[in-house]
Amino acid sequence: MALLVIKNLHANVEGKAVLKGINLTINPGEVHAIMGPNGSGKSTLSKIIAGHPAYEVTAGTIDYDVNFQMKNLLEMEIDKRAKEGIFLAFQYPVEIPGVSNASFLRASFNAICRHHGVEEMGQEAFAEFLRKKLQLVEMDERFMERAVNTGFSGGEKKRNEILQMAVLSPRLAVLDETDSGLDIDALRIVAAGVNKLRSSDNAIVLITHYQRLLDYIVPDFVHVLVDGTIRETGNKDLALKLEDRGYDWLLK
Amino acid sequence: MNKQRPPEASSLKSPEIGGAYKYGFVTDIETDTVPRGLNVNTIRLISSKKNEPEWMLSYRLKAFQHWLTMTEPTWASVKYPKIDFQNIIYFSAPKATAEKRQSLDELDPELLKTFERLGIPLSEQKRISGVAIDAVFDSVSVGTTHQDDLKKHGVIFCSISEAMHTHPELVQKYLGTVVPFTDNFYAALNAAVFTDGSFVYVPKGVKCPIDLSTYFRINASETGQFERTLIIAEEGSFVNYLEGCTAPQRDENQLHAAVVELITLNDAEIKYSTVKNWYTGDKNGRGGIYNFVTKRGKCLGARSKISWTQVESGSAITWKYPSCLLLGESSQGAFFSVALTHDYMQADTGTKMIHVGKNTKSTIISKGISTGHSRNTYRGLVKIMPTAEGARNYSQCDSMLVGDKCHAGTVPYIEVRNNTAVLEHEATTSRVSEDQLFYLRSRGLDTESAVSMLVNGFCKDVFKQLPLEFSVEAVKLIEMKLENSIG
Repeated sequence: MALLVIKNLHANVEGKAVLKGINLTINPGEVHAIMGPNGSGKSTLSKIIAGHPAYEVTAGTIDYDVNFQMKNLLEMEIDKRAKEGIFLAFQYPVEIPGVSNASFLRASFNAICRHHGVEEMGQEAFAEFLRKKLQLVEMDERFMERAVNTGFSGGEKKRNEILQMAVLSPRLAVLDETDSGLDIDALRIVAAGVNKLRSSDNAIVLITHYQRLLDYIVPDFVHVLVDGTIRETGNKDLALKLEDRGYDWLLK
Repeated sequence: MNKQRPPEASSLKSPEIGGAYKYGFVTDIETDTVPRGLNVNTIRLISSKKNEPEWMLSYRLKAFQHWLTMTEPTWASVKYPKIDFQNIIYFSAPKATAEKRQSLDELDPELLKTFERLGIPLSEQKRISGVAIDAVFDSVSVGTTHQDDLKKHGVIFCSISEAMHTHPELVQKYLGTVVPFTDNFYAALNAAVFTDGSFVYVPKGVKCPIDLSTYFRINASETGQFERTLIIAEEGSFVNYLEGCTAPQRDENQLHAAVVELITLNDAEIKYSTVKNWYTGDKNGRGGIYNFVTKRGKCLGARSKISWTQVESGSAITWKYPSCLLLGESSQGAFFSVALTHDYMQADTGTKMIHVGKNTKSTIISKGISTGHSRNTYRGLVKIMPTAEGARNYSQCDSMLVGDKCHAGTVPYIEVRNNTAVLEHEATTSRVSEDQLFYLRSRGLDTESAVSMLVNGFCKDVFKQLPLEFSVEAVKLIEMKLENSIG
């Protein structure tokens, strides 16, 4: 059974058509890479999956598996989507001054637990749990008490996104340009973290400009998004071809 | 057509903050009340009911004479119908308590029950350890806990009415020296008609072993509450003082005009924290408390410190500027404030830091959160006198807007008469951003929890100044106020 099915998705941003008929099916256990030139609609697609209110879906559907039933994702509220296992690693993570990473993550984690009728985790147990997750992305423990993303470097912010992914263990993680702005060491750490989180139950969508990331996280499918539609789909070799030839051959 | 915008995102623009006010109940108790209105006889009656010494009565009458020559201040950014001072009851007390002060265990069970319901158990068996509480019910203090333990350390903590009899020399020496009755309209009114309040005296070198706290409860209708608090910290002493307040939910407005005076001698420190939770009025702005308060501390001694920390989330109208007069060399004043307004509340609050002594220092951190149709103004004065060589001030005034019908203002006055002074002022106004909300919600938090988290983060610099239990209470209070607000 598919995890996410997108059919003929059209969407506007500030009245301008950005997505013009996307079709995409994602199954559990798969890793999909979405590539494409700037402005082709990659980030828009990720924000629509997460439910950002500034994006208006004008046609098409997105169905998502909730308890073995395909549900209309577009009717679900933002936090409901997260509670059902959708996670967006932001391209530009947002700063939340005055709120510690630990308390933010515990609040999120427990909100999701409550939704599923699972017992919430106390402060100490959660701190212990969080420490293990920090190791996964090689982050220092002091990041637990620092305010969410506040004063973090670009690389630290991206790692913090993967930390959140590790804590919330989503079923569908969309990583929006998580690799941009990372140096080679940080990229390796982030990729290793993501690989550890791969399983046969969850799926990952990688939005990226660079083939480099795909050396570390090997995708099952590579899609090329051009002007609001998926122009080409292939395996990891397609990414190598793009690296070699650019997008020009697809822009006809 | 499939609109992506979820419905709750747009309702953020007109939040209904306020939820249920759980302290809005009324206690049914027999009271001793003076007739409505204010004249010389009212004052004599109050004074005689309290069996006051002659000097106290003459002080009240002088204040009243002066008050008659004054007019209500109108410069604050608040609007309300003219108050009819002849239509207020100036004294109301539970009958038994008014006649004779009782021990805590003899108190009317209704009173004990009321305070218990407010989370303030007074009886010997149930009282909270680690905090001594003076409980003020309408016009009188009905009991003070832990008095005996405090006595062992020489700390005096009692109602001000009691102090007039037991420690007249201290009351006479200090009353009105920080806030003279000539200071302002409400200070004069308070001096004339104040009915009770707390008195604290911490002797030389004593660090008060437990926190002291006064809990103000307004119960009777159409009655004003005019309390007076006086805290004196002798050389090298320290005290942590907490104040809390609630009132029943009523359609009429009620006036609360308090005066608080703090005095620190050399190397002494007073930390004064308030969590205000007066009834704010209903969703349409009907009812609620008018809180017109004068709070001021005088750092008389060298190296002495006074800090005001306030969480203002109550009252229909707040007019309040806890201030510090920094006289002693190297003395320090601080003001940490969170003011949350919702529905039709109006708050005009801030501080005055008057630097007189050399190398005096002051810190101001103010966080205003406006929601609904409320108005929230920070008004502050930093004044450096010619004698204040090397004075320093740091001010930070941040406002946060939730929705688009509320108002936030910052009115900082700065007056510098000594060119060695160093002043820093930072101010920001921000709206709860859609990006922040989206980020938090995309992690599974509902809108309410997300806004509450953002607001708490915004206020953190102030909350961390509060004593631990108070800080927990403040966080809960803000969360409760934001409850039912959005979504």
